[in-house]
Amino acid sequence: MPKLLLLILFALLPLSQLNAAEWSSQIGIEARHFFDNALSPQQHGDNLSLTFESEFYHDWDDGQQRIVFTPFARIDQHDSERSHADLRELYWRQTFNNTDLYVGVRKLFWGVTESLHLVDIINQSDTVENLDGEDKLGQPMISFFHSSVVGDWEFFLMPWFRERTFPGIEGRLRPPFVVDQDNAQYESGDAEKHIDSALRWSHVIDDWDVGLSWFHGTDRTPQLVTQTINGAVMLLPYYAQLDQLGVDAQYTYESWLWKLEFVSRRHDNRFSPDLNRSSATVGGFEYTWYGLFSSATDIGLVMEYQYDSRDGNRAPIANNDIAIGSRLTLNDVQDSTLLALVASDLDQRERFISLEGSRRLGEEMSISLEARFFSNTAPQTQLFWLRSDDYLELLLTHYF
Amino acid sequence: MINKKHYALLITLVAMLIPNTVFSMEDEALVKRGLEIAIEADRRDNGFGDSSSSLEMILRNRHGEQSERQLRNKTLEMKDDGDKAIIIFDTPRDVKGTAFLSFTHKLDADDQWLYLPALKRVKRIASRNKAGPFMGSEFAYEDISSQEVEKYSYLYIKDDTFAERDHFIIDRDPVDPKSGYKRQRVWLDKAEYRIWKIDFYDRKDTLLKTLTYDDYNQYLGQYWRANVMDMVNHQTGKSTRLNWRDFSFRNGYSEKEFTKGALKKAR
Repeated sequence: MPKLLLLILFALLPLSQLNAAEWSSQIGIEARHFFDNALSPQQHGDNLSLTFESEFYHDWDDGQQRIVFTPFARIDQHDSERSHADLRELYWRQTFNNTDLYVGVRKLFWGVTESLHLVDIINQSDTVENLDGEDKLGQPMISFFHSSVVGDWEFFLMPWFRERTFPGIEGRLRPPFVVDQDNAQYESGDAEKHIDSALRWSHVIDDWDVGLSWFHGTDRTPQLVTQTINGAVMLLPYYAQLDQLGVDAQYTYESWLWKLEFVSRRHDNRFSPDLNRSSATVGGFEYTWYGLFSSATDIGLVMEYQYDSRDGNRAPIANNDIAIGSRLTLNDVQDSTLLALVASDLDQRERFISLEGSRRLGEEMSISLEARFFSNTAPQTQLFWLRSDDYLELLLTHYF
Repeated sequence: MINKKHYALLITLVAMLIPNTVFSMEDEALVKRGLEIAIEADRRDNGFGDSSSSLEMILRNRHGEQSERQLRNKTLEMKDDGDKAIIIFDTPRDVKGTAFLSFTHKLDADDQWLYLPALKRVKRIASRNKAGPFMGSEFAYEDISSQEVEKYSYLYIKDDTFAERDHFIIDRDPVDPKSGYKRQRVWLDKAEYRIWKIDFYDRKDTLLKTLTYDDYNQYLGQYWRANVMDMVNHQTGKSTRLNWRDFSFRNGYSEKEFTKGALKKAR
């Protein structure tokens, strides 16, 4: 993959002389400090990491055609699985009247909520990047976008599946057993070549932003199946087939944002055929007080409830949880922001605490800080395997 | 039963009211005159259809430290409603590609969406922050939002001459209680009804900011646009200068270029 990226990069370089504004790049240096010793002797303590991302775009044909190319790479000090490269985007777009045709690798987002993204299913999560699932791998596709007076319609055909990334044996923030990423199992006989499809309708009706989506294909979230290979216990990712109906809605009124995401799923499940149907919901609000104490500072309160009908060992972390957070926006020249969030499980009381802050330094740098804590992690809780992975991260990014 | 004491009080009250009543009639004429000026200024800017422009923002703090932003802007004039606009951020580089869509309304709260390119996510945002700063500058959201006659009540103050131009001075009071201002004092020239200066008074009626316009050019033989807008905050010593470039009118934009779907493609 990196060789292919370099090849494309050099092929596109002559184009860059047309308009320098079409290239934008960033280099990041990330330092993570783990507060506790690792659970496994193969894992390491503090970690350094370097990232590079570049974006090139070019419009021609009076803006009717566009190509976008976004390569990404990370070099990690300890985790060979976290050292990886990805083509975030490489697509061509042609616009015909009210319809856009896209061919290539794209990244897109569906949904409205803050603490969990249920409806967003097109792109696979790049979980070695971050646990929060907001970093995504590029998805190869042919897609159409059609805008009409009754809403926007999108149709996707995805001929190649992307496997989820997992930390390697030396990486932190992983289950006690390593995920064997070279031996992923698929329900479909077509494996990663299964052609997934999706349809989405979205519309703005006054103060409402609504979306309805349908997905048919390989579930992005694998089940991790314990297997003993040559005496070593490993986790095999098993990707089942999934049909998913998604609903997302936001109601915006004055300082209130009311948000809801709902999914109804049907898995063809080889391991537990009685657990084929499930549903999940995340919903709540964000309220903002503007101009606190006659300053420019805004403070927001976020509250979201997360529910998933799957229980037992199928239950995801967010199955009966409440997330409460606060967003501080200074509205200063450096765009300083801070988001603090606590997600608590209402059954088992484990807590996930997250702090994210960022600020611009000068005109071409930014600094961000992230801290994650896993608390009340009793052996029966879903965060048990992360009990020693509390960390503080400092990220310095240079844009050019 | 009215006794003498009450009678005296009544007389006093009536006496106090009389000059007020006289002033009120005069006031009504001043309100009417103020509104006429605002309507005429608005009428002269009607029918531009759509426009695009580039914008450089220079933010300065009281120590003279400077920070710059490059933006591009597309506006679509709407009949019987506020304008629709898309603003695209080119610098600072960490927010490059961020785009802002607004549907402004004459009296209702504006509709606003923000496109975040790193996540490819469009967020509908609450528009109640009209008094809040736009991109950390001295311009509030309500200062850059489309100016509609209905957003204020008016009062004609007097005529004034400066820079060899004759001006009307009017006061305009925002109708919306969420506005950050008690009133704005506006200088418009008599010849072309162009705004040259606005004094912004905060909710305590203390002078907060002054905006001056400079280097006006006329487009399509009718529409005047200033190349320079300078906002000075008297209370903090900070200032923001806007340098406008590349004005272009009647580009043939339609409503379909000002949608959530189009926002994701904006460059």
